Amino acid sequence: MTLDSYVPILFLIVLSTLFAVASIWVSSRIGPRAPTPAKLTPYESGIVPEGGIEKQRFPVKFYLVAMLFIIFDIETVFLYPWAVAYDNLKLFGLIEMGVFIAILLAAYVYVWRRGGLEWVD
Amino acid sequence: MIDWIKQLPGNVIDFIGPEIIIATAKVVLVFGVLLVTTLLVIWFERRVIADMQARVGPNRWGPFGLFQTLADGIKLFFKEDFRPAAADRWTFVIAPVMAMVPAFLAFAVVPLGDHVVIAGHRVDLVMSDLNIGILYFLAVGSLGVYGVVLAGWASGSKYPLIGSIRSTAQMISYEIALGLSLVPIALVAGSLSTVDIVAAQAGTYDNIVLFGRDLNFLEGIIPHWFIVQQWPAFLIFLVAGIAETNRAPFDLPEAETELVAGYHTEYSGIRFAMFFLGEYVHVVAISAMAATLFFGGWHGWNPAFPAAIDWLRWIVPIFWFTIKTVAFVYLFVWLRATLPRLRYDRLMWVGWKRLIPGALVWIVVTAVLNSDPEEVPTSARLWVMAVVFAILLAWVWRGDPRLTALEPWRKKEVTRGTA
Repeated sequence: MTLDSYVPILFLIVLSTLFAVASIWVSSRIGPRAPTPAKLTPYESGIVPEGGIEKQRFPVKFYLVAMLFIIFDIETVFLYPWAVAYDNLKLFGLIEMGVFIAILLAAYVYVWRRGGLEWVD
Repeated sequence: MIDWIKQLPGNVIDFIGPEIIIATAKVVLVFGVLLVTTLLVIWFERRVIADMQARVGPNRWGPFGLFQTLADGIKLFFKEDFRPAAADRWTFVIAPVMAMVPAFLAFAVVPLGDHVVIAGHRVDLVMSDLNIGILYFLAVGSLGVYGVVLAGWASGSKYPLIGSIRSTAQMISYEIALGLSLVPIALVAGSLSTVDIVAAQAGTYDNIVLFGRDLNFLEGIIPHWFIVQQWPAFLIFLVAGIAETNRAPFDLPEAETELVAGYHTEYSGIRFAMFFLGEYVHVVAISAMAATLFFGGWHGWNPAFPAAIDWLRWIVPIFWFTIKTVAFVYLFVWLRATLPRLRYDRLMWVGWKRLIPGALVWIVVTAVLNSDPEEVPTSARLWVMAVVFAILLAWVWRGDPRLTALEPWRKKEVTRGTA
C-alpha cells in the first residue's frame, strides 16, 4: 500500500488552514476594536435578548433524523465495495445485494409507516 | 562556482525529489486558482442575477466590475474582528476554518485535464488520484457540516442555533441521497477513482441497435458520457448537491426573511468571508464533480493542431472541463434567480421520501442491466423493469403532500380520532 497520493491532500490541508489562520490574524491586527455592551449582546433584531440558548427547546424530530442518517449512511458505505466488485461477483453479487436492499427497504417502509419521516404531525 | 550555480536547480530537485516538488506546485496552483475562481464566481453570480432581474449589477471596479469581489474582500479585512460576549471562544474561532477547509479539500480528486510532460516528468493534471476518489469526495463534503453546526452553537444566539440545527438535518438527509446516487457510477465504471471514471467515458457510443435495426447515422455522434445511461442518478445527484451546498431553493439555513442570516448571523469581517468562500468553493466543487462523473470530465472535441503548437495540446482538455463546470455554476445561479425557497417539511419530504427510495431503486435497475447476459435472462430483466415501472406508477399516483397534506393511512387515523 502506497500513501503517495495522500501527500498533496496533507499539503492542501496545511495550506488552506494556514491561509485561514493568517487571514484572521491579519484582520485582527489591521481592523478596529471597539466593543460596547450593546454590540456584544446576541443579535435579535434590536430586541433585548430574553434567556440564552441553553433554554431553547427543539423538536425531537431532529434527533430522529440524525439516527436515521447513521443507519442509511452506513448502508451507503456498504454499497460502494459491492458496486466496484460487481463485475467479479456476477450473479452471486446481484442476489446478495438484492437481499440486502430488500431488508433495508423493509426497514425504510416500517419507518415511513410509523410516521418517522413525517415532518408535520 | 558558476558550474555549481548552474547545477543548483538540478541539485535541489535531486535533493527534495521531483515528486514532492510537483505535488507542492499542484497544491499551490490549485489553491490559488480556486481563490481566483471564487472571486470570479461571486462576480458572475451578481452580474447574471442582476441581468435576470433587469438591473446592472456591479460595474464600477475594473472591466465589467470584475474587481468588485476583490474590493469587498479587502474591505472585510479592515472590519472589526468581533466576537459576541455569549459566544464560546475557541469554537467560535474554529468554526469558519472548519467550514472553509473541507470545501477546498473536495477539489483534490477532480481531474482538471489529461497530463503534461515537464522536463521529462509526466504530470497528471489531477492533484491526487486516490483509488477511493468518490468516497473521499463524499467524506470531505460531509465534514462541512461541522463548520455550520459549530458556528451556530458557538454563537450563543438563537437565530444561528436554529439555522445550524436546520442546516445539519438538511445536509445529513441529502447526503444519503448524494451517496446513493453515485453508487451506480461506481458500478458502471468499476472503480471509485475519478481518473478511471473519466477514462471510462472516453469515445462514443457505437453499434446502436433499435428493434434489430442498426442506427448507423448515430454512430460516433453520442459521446460515451455516463449522463446518457445514468441520467436518473444525475438528477438525484444534482438535487442533493444543491441541497448540500445550502443554495437556493434549499437555502433554509440562511433564510434571511425568518432567521436574519442563519448560522452566520453573529459573524462579521473576515470570518464571515470564510463562510462565504467555503460556500462558493463548494458550489464549484459540486459543479466540477457533476462534469467529471456524468459529463465526461475533460473529454471533448479534440481539434488537430499544427506541429508548431502541438505542445499546447494539454490546454484543450482543461478548456472543455472549464466550460462544463461553468455551465453548472450558471445553473446554480439560474436556480437561485428563479425558484422560491422550499418550506422545511417539503424539503424533508423530497429528500427522504423521493430521492432516497428513487436512488435505491435505480441502483437495483443499474445492477440488473449491467449483469452478465448469460446469467440473467432477458425475461428476468423484463420482470425487474415491469416491477420498477409499477412501483414508479404507484409512486407518482400517490401524489404530492401539497394536495393531500397527510399520508392516506394517517388521514384515516385522524378521522377516526375526531369521530
